[in-house]
Amino acid sequence: MLSNDVAIQARGVSKSYRITHEQRATTIGESFIKKLKSPLSKTEVETFWAVKDVDFDIKQGDVVGIIGRNGAGKSTLLKILSRITAPTLGEIKIRGRVGSLLEVGTGFHPELTGRENIFLNGAILGMSRKEIEARFDQIVDFSGVEKFLDTPVKRYSSGMYVRLAFSVAAHLDPEVMIVDEVLAVGDSEFQKKCLSRMQAAASDGRTVIFVSHNMQTVSQLCKTTIFLQSGQIRHIGPTEETINQYVAMQSEALTEVNPDTRRGTGDYRIYSPYLPKTTIQSGDPLHVQFRVEHKKGHVPFFNVTYHICDEHGSIVIHGDSRLNQFGLSHKPVQWVEIDVAGVNLKPGTYRIDLMLHIEGFIDVYEYAGRFDVSPVLPTRLAVSDFGYQYGQVIAETNWQASDNDPSQNQGISQ
Amino acid sequence: MDHKGEQITVIRPIGRWEVLNIRQILAFRDLLLALGVRDIKLRYRQTALGVAWVLLQPLVASVILGFVFNIVAKLEAPNGLPYFLFSYAGMLGWNAFAGTLSKASGSLVQNTALVSKVFFPKTIVPISSMFATLLDFAVALLLLFILLPIFGVGFGWQIVLVPVWLALLLMTSLGLGLYSSALMVTYRDVQYLLPVFIQLLFYASPVAYALDNVPAKFQWVIAANPLTGVLEGMRWSLLGTPPPNPLALGYSVVASLFMFVLGALLFGRAERKFADVI
Repeated sequence: MLSNDVAIQARGVSKSYRITHEQRATTIGESFIKKLKSPLSKTEVETFWAVKDVDFDIKQGDVVGIIGRNGAGKSTLLKILSRITAPTLGEIKIRGRVGSLLEVGTGFHPELTGRENIFLNGAILGMSRKEIEARFDQIVDFSGVEKFLDTPVKRYSSGMYVRLAFSVAAHLDPEVMIVDEVLAVGDSEFQKKCLSRMQAAASDGRTVIFVSHNMQTVSQLCKTTIFLQSGQIRHIGPTEETINQYVAMQSEALTEVNPDTRRGTGDYRIYSPYLPKTTIQSGDPLHVQFRVEHKKGHVPFFNVTYHICDEHGSIVIHGDSRLNQFGLSHKPVQWVEIDVAGVNLKPGTYRIDLMLHIEGFIDVYEYAGRFDVSPVLPTRLAVSDFGYQYGQVIAETNWQASDNDPSQNQGISQ
Repeated sequence: MDHKGEQITVIRPIGRWEVLNIRQILAFRDLLLALGVRDIKLRYRQTALGVAWVLLQPLVASVILGFVFNIVAKLEAPNGLPYFLFSYAGMLGWNAFAGTLSKASGSLVQNTALVSKVFFPKTIVPISSMFATLLDFAVALLLLFILLPIFGVGFGWQIVLVPVWLALLLMTSLGLGLYSSALMVTYRDVQYLLPVFIQLLFYASPVAYALDNVPAKFQWVIAANPLTGVLEGMRWSLLGTPPPNPLALGYSVVASLFMFVLGALLFGRAERKFADVI
């Protein structure tokens, strides 16, 4: 039974995905041909546990943060909690209505007007028509788009769109509110509005679960925080305590990948990549060191390249030693150090890939290191995600406004 | 806080043959309606003729069928009925079936964001595509009621059975639609296969012709089509053409019930994987 002050109780919650090692068939033809080719062989299936044995109790009225790296199982846990996908094992009991905001504006249709979308989106989020009608004015007020209520939302600016979408969701008034980084959108004023809305919900005795990469927002908003790692709860407790654990873990060494399974000819292999500092601020220099060992064959001279990739895996920086007329010559063992001068990376988690190559890859060491860029901008002014929503890097920029045309400054005056 | 009467949601692994949860669907009836209304509203936005398309589509189709079957192929409608009315009444039932099936089958894939981001019984998505068809049917039926006196054809008592035929047609098409929409989540082939299937079925159904027009040795082919009894029944109700034979009718009723239950079962079985596969 659920004791009286517990809003969510999770016991042994696990979710597994089956990873087939062949390409999954997406057409009937493919799957048929596969059956024909090897009617008896079963495709090799590996079970991957995205969430494993998660237990927790969340008290009524608590605001709980969930943190962890990408792939730690945060999104899967949220999806299970919001019943989008079912757990493979375990059980969760939730008291009261659940409103989940995994993405604002889900089901918004560009051709429909703001008014029509409020009703549609409300219904999608689980509100009855009566409830929406009762809250309609509040929703419109909160969003601040009343002038454009009868305009199709495809003509809205992205800011207006998001504000309207969040407003509908914010007025769902569920007993349990599940929020996934929706605050990363909208201008800072609207973000403040959203934060205070969530705080108000909590002081009303509602339970809020909040997933974010932004430690600042988590510590500002959440009393309790859960730290997930590889699908399991690494720590659960007061927010400050959990965040400290999280930060400490960041500096732990990553487990080394078996060199023999890596790509490349394998004539030389990279060992023990190491980053002395794994949490930096935007603009800080970065230092990487590793060992290169000779394995077989003989290559008199080869090059090194590093990639710094963001969380989506796109390469933000590509650094090739050839550009600096640098290379490695044949040695049984050697140590390499790379110093990357200050880069204005956007806050977030990055990974480093290291490569040895000469007319093709010798060794490709993906995930050789990870580091976090903490969300403090060089200007120290923008504390919200809004300032770096777009673009790949941040540039130090000087801004000036003047009443005079600068191109005519040196010319004839008066 | 007072917890009396508060609901407790239990989330646990889904069973292998979890069947459609009627109670859950009812709890989300507002969403069902909202999605249906959305489809109807969107359909003729940014079209010059707008709602007129609802009338034009069956009219044009019947005129074309009339030209091909009546004028070119010299096929006559029974009881001396104008061939145009005969094919129009046939199209009425057929469109209810084909419209629902084709809209329902693509509905899950078209609403990917909904399926993977929000919780609700997913059955609602294919079922909601029925509303647009219902509207089409109602409008086309109204037009028929205007056309009948113009052509000097009277109503018979059997007109009250129209909703029964409609319900049977919708059950068959929803059953097929539920299954094909679930199948399309994993295999996009369905979207290419289905139109071919629907077209084939059109010619294998007594829409542009009556069962009696078919040579006796091929009648069993057409009779094997579960739609035959229902479509003939629909036309009997509307125009007073010869009623379907009771055996064929019984077969149609059993088949459409079977299709619906099977579709719902298979959908329920596939449902738990949608969010992970789509």
